[in-house]
Amino acid sequence: MKNSKNILEINNLKIYFKTFEGISKAVDNISFVLKEKETLGLVGESGCGKTVTNLAIMKLLNPKATILSGEILYQDKNILEIEEEDFKKVRGKEIGMIFQEPMSSFDPLYTIGEQMYEVCKTHLKLSKTESRDKGIDMMRRVGIPEPEKRYEQYPHEMSGGMLQRAMIALNLLTNPRILIADEPTTALDVTVQAQVLNLMKSIQEEFGNSIIFITHDLGVISEMADRVHVMYAGKLVEKGTTEEIFKEPKHPYTKGLMESKIRREYKSKTLPYIPGTVPSPQHFPDGCRFNPRCSFVRNICKEEEPHEINIGNDHLVSCWLYVNGGNKLEDN
Amino acid sequence: MKIIKAKNIKKYFPIRGGVFLKVTGYVKALESINIEINDFESIGIVGESGCGKTTLGRIITKIYDPTEGSLYFYDEKGNEYDVTNKLDKSIKSTFRKSIQMIFQNPYDSLDPRLTVGEIIKEPLQIHRVFKNKKEEIDYINELLERVGLSATYTTRYPHEFSGGQRQRIAIARALTLKPRLIICDEPTSALDVSVQNQIIELLKEIQNEFKISYLFISHNLDLIHHVSDKIVVIYLGNAIEEAPADELFENPLHPYTKVLMSSMPSWDPGNRKLDKVLVTGEPPSPINPPLGCPFHPRCTYKIDACDKIQPELLGAEHKVACHLYD
Repeated sequence: MKNSKNILEINNLKIYFKTFEGISKAVDNISFVLKEKETLGLVGESGCGKTVTNLAIMKLLNPKATILSGEILYQDKNILEIEEEDFKKVRGKEIGMIFQEPMSSFDPLYTIGEQMYEVCKTHLKLSKTESRDKGIDMMRRVGIPEPEKRYEQYPHEMSGGMLQRAMIALNLLTNPRILIADEPTTALDVTVQAQVLNLMKSIQEEFGNSIIFITHDLGVISEMADRVHVMYAGKLVEKGTTEEIFKEPKHPYTKGLMESKIRREYKSKTLPYIPGTVPSPQHFPDGCRFNPRCSFVRNICKEEEPHEINIGNDHLVSCWLYVNGGNKLEDN
Repeated sequence: MKIIKAKNIKKYFPIRGGVFLKVTGYVKALESINIEINDFESIGIVGESGCGKTTLGRIITKIYDPTEGSLYFYDEKGNEYDVTNKLDKSIKSTFRKSIQMIFQNPYDSLDPRLTVGEIIKEPLQIHRVFKNKKEEIDYINELLERVGLSATYTTRYPHEFSGGQRQRIAIARALTLKPRLIICDEPTSALDVSVQNQIIELLKEIQNEFKISYLFISHNLDLIHHVSDKIVVIYLGNAIEEAPADELFENPLHPYTKVLMSSMPSWDPGNRKLDKVLVTGEPPSPINPPLGCPFHPRCTYKIDACDKIQPELLGAEHKVACHLYD
């Protein structure tokens, strides 16, 4: 997977929101690439900008959002400059999206079948009977029992796990090259989560799509992703392969997240944790945005933003600790 | 000393339909649960959504009355009171003071129209704890500082705080009346990952300082293992396994407990394990639970008796309800 081509390229993307409390720097100058047939994990806490980034890829941003700079390259074209009418042929067909809440991402007034027909009609120009065959076949492939019956049912007649499977089936109808999964299993129980994650893996092997997997759960990432990007307060703070990030997390925030898994050995000991709270997007601190919570903080961290440093093995980290070729900064 | 004893607690919620709202069925939330909580101990309740764990917490706090079974409360002198039905006047105030609750979502559980000071003051005034205003204010400030907030926050409103801070306010409110038992219903699952451990640490500190008992309700096995002395696993309203925390994790017996444990992500990309998970399907609806063992339709070890006879929760220290161990 290492040498495969880039399918999506995001360069210096900057998205701000105007709010009553001031300008919210939701996504601030981030760049990353998605390679063919890989799963890219995007990790971060609420408000770090991971969802906004992906809505920008889908051209579904709230009109209040201002894209100050950057480009999103898909097939040598900048998505941000494509006209809405033309992009309608891409959204849902070539780039699909799976949302967090399966209950609220289907229209409650139409049956699953009608919603599948809509996709087939718009993107594949199929007739009602053709789309029924295709839909039922796809539902069977994602492990929905009695697909003929389910095809005629309304969303409220199905459980959360089953709906999430239906959502995956719906997305696969057009066999998109990119699938964006925004916390697809957060609303599900652990035993159901395991099944849906396994399904996504086998789907990827069969169909060969690229997946952007967004979550706050590092455990899920460890099971799913080929590469991991960690986001904090609108910035990408660390990028690397999943093995690298889990074996040798470099950024103090990533380290903190790794340590905050409750391990068996911690029983009757103090749990490690990151002090403080996530800053609100209107009041991100100057310099490195993690500096008020960081235990390695230096003076420079409060004044200047760190730039991305390559420490080898495709492992990039934005932290002043690693500026001198990976040697830690002298105390100042 | 005992605080609460629940015997064969059953809770059915009626489903009504039609013009005259006739009862057409029941949601069988809890089936015959036994639980005993002593002073200064932590009991963990673990299970998936809809298994009845929240209902159990609410029966113990007397938000719901049980459909069947009995609930006993013990005061500090060890006197037993039957609190199955309506709370008797003589015991009401003691009971309410002794048992408090912390809810899952601090965005919903704090009144948005009250200041933080008023939120914490409310229980004190209802129970007429302080006669002197100055003492009351000092006590509130002390409490706020104890949970890691500034005493100057008393005049602010909940919306001015982050999720973690709000949960700290909720903890301060639960502590005001010096309870003996606090029911923590998923106290960290609505919070950011980096904040969750702070709240757990605070809860642990408070427990040791005030010698409080906890009933921890959660779907998160790691969290439950960390905070509990004893764990009860609930599936579809039935307690299926009960054991001391370390014992349960080292030696899980019930197939469902094993499945729960194997469904936890590995946190080790070199050693992924989710593709080895054996379970299929989802928990059935509690309106029409399966006959016999509630887990049998999903169980890989199913034998003949499983869909006919419901296994009982048997054993000494480590109890399990499964025909494989008969």
